[in-house]
Amino acid sequence: MILTVALREFKSLFLSPLAWSILAVVQLILGFLFLSRLEVFQLYQPQLMAMDSAPGLTEIVLPDLLGNAAVILLLIVPLLTMRLVAEERRNRTLALLFSAPLSMTEIVLGKYLGILLFLLVLLGMIALMPLSLLAGASLDLGLMASGFLGLALLLAGFAAVGLFMSTLTQYTTVAAISSFGALLLFWILDWSGQGTAGGNWLAYLSLFNHYKPFLEGVFDSADAAYHVLLIVTFLVLSIRRLDADRLGG
Amino acid sequence: MSHNTLVEIRNLSRFYGALQAVKDVSFSIRQGEVLGFLGPNGAGKTTTMQIISGNLAPSGGSVTIAGHDLLEDPRAAKSQIGYLPEQPPLYRELTVDEYLDYCAALNHVPRAQRVQARDNAKERCGLHGVGRRLIGNLSKGFQQRVGIAQAIIHLPPVVILDEPTVGLDPIQIREIRALIRELGKEHGVILSTHILPEVQATCDHVQIINKGELVLNESIEGLEHHMKAASLTVAFRHPPAQETLEKLPGVKSVRPETDGRLHVFHEAEQNPTDTILRLAMENSWGLYEIRPGRLSLEQVFLELTMDAAADDAQAHAPAITAELSS
Repeated sequence: MILTVALREFKSLFLSPLAWSILAVVQLILGFLFLSRLEVFQLYQPQLMAMDSAPGLTEIVLPDLLGNAAVILLLIVPLLTMRLVAEERRNRTLALLFSAPLSMTEIVLGKYLGILLFLLVLLGMIALMPLSLLAGASLDLGLMASGFLGLALLLAGFAAVGLFMSTLTQYTTVAAISSFGALLLFWILDWSGQGTAGGNWLAYLSLFNHYKPFLEGVFDSADAAYHVLLIVTFLVLSIRRLDADRLGG
Repeated sequence: MSHNTLVEIRNLSRFYGALQAVKDVSFSIRQGEVLGFLGPNGAGKTTTMQIISGNLAPSGGSVTIAGHDLLEDPRAAKSQIGYLPEQPPLYRELTVDEYLDYCAALNHVPRAQRVQARDNAKERCGLHGVGRRLIGNLSKGFQQRVGIAQAIIHLPPVVILDEPTVGLDPIQIREIRALIRELGKEHGVILSTHILPEVQATCDHVQIINKGELVLNESIEGLEHHMKAASLTVAFRHPPAQETLEKLPGVKSVRPETDGRLHVFHEAEQNPTDTILRLAMENSWGLYEIRPGRLSLEQVFLELTMDAAADDAQAHAPAITAELSS
């Protein structure tokens, strides 16, 4: 049942030009960044060769690429998630799901899974770029796996926050703006209280601080747990919010 | 046609903040019955239907659908209903076939039977030939039909239709009414409307709701009885004196209408039609119109919805009359 909703959501995304244009724009920008980073590598390759334990190709290209991808997707994911519930509420199509024999949990998880599928496609397309280097160079596949796992967790968190914001309103733009705002806030939390002892817990909450280790090839289960907790929290909030729709009217 | 109870509603109530939209409403629907739900705007029709369909939680009371309590076992209860809200829940970017397949899947129609369920629903709603068209490009009438098809695709025992004929042209209205009658043979149908003739045309049972309270719960035969008030409307080119008519056997009173017609109230058992006809011939009154003055449903409706707050109902009355004449 969850899968039915998810597949419908996934297919519907591709019925509008939105999904296509997002895929195209993200690919174009990241492609440009990827190539420029590659250029840097080529420029410094002679010097790197001379150094002991110099950073390899993967270490130079990948963290930078994924770091940029995270920032760009921070802008993009709210545009994907904004319509999830808000648009259905506006078009009064939620009644179809509410009167079908489905629980709220199934509706929310279905919609979430639909977005995850799309983000997976996006992730796959991004992964193709560094993978293309395999044709002529060797890559640190472990670092790559860790980096993409981090990005996947991050995007799943973005989507959960976006989904929740979409359940709050019937205006898609409001949903987009507020999820963008929330995500950006989560991202820059570590800017506050730097240097002071009391401000550290804020920095701990920052999404960015839990993403960076993945890019360095460090898989810390605490970081993964942070993302999972974030996802679960916002999914539960979304379910509660939709339930309140029925109660409050 | 069996007569097992499909929907049982007991003491339903619903608050919106301090406003009580539905007050202690109880009724039931049996299989093979079309229940007409009537009421002025804002009377609580839609709220009641949203509650029965599980879109809105009641503040109090219980809803049992085919033996399943809607609050305790929502999944089982909801699988027994098909619901068409006021505004059909259509995805404009899908084709009719895609949409109906999705609805079938949502309602747990097994994969192998989905094509058949879809064809069946399309057949019944007259949707042949539009299966591959985008819903957004269909006319309002066809969209409404897709909405009904969506509600019956899983052949639910209970079908709830909220104002299904709004915005349709007269031919489409007739078709939809025929469809509702057809559905009423096997399913239990709840139909809400504020168009009174629609109820007379399609329903077996009538309920009038006003300000959240049920003010009438009557079978259509019972309603007919309600409406057969003993009166005649007559019109003459050379009208006799009013007393002449009043003295006829069985006549209780005569009331002139503004347009020159006379309204003759008589004893239920003594119909003076024959006498009036004979006298009109003999005295050349120039009789050009005579018809039984049945109390229209509209009048019953107004009578029932009026007494709560007379001026409020007055405000509604012109709107309803306008609707009837349009």
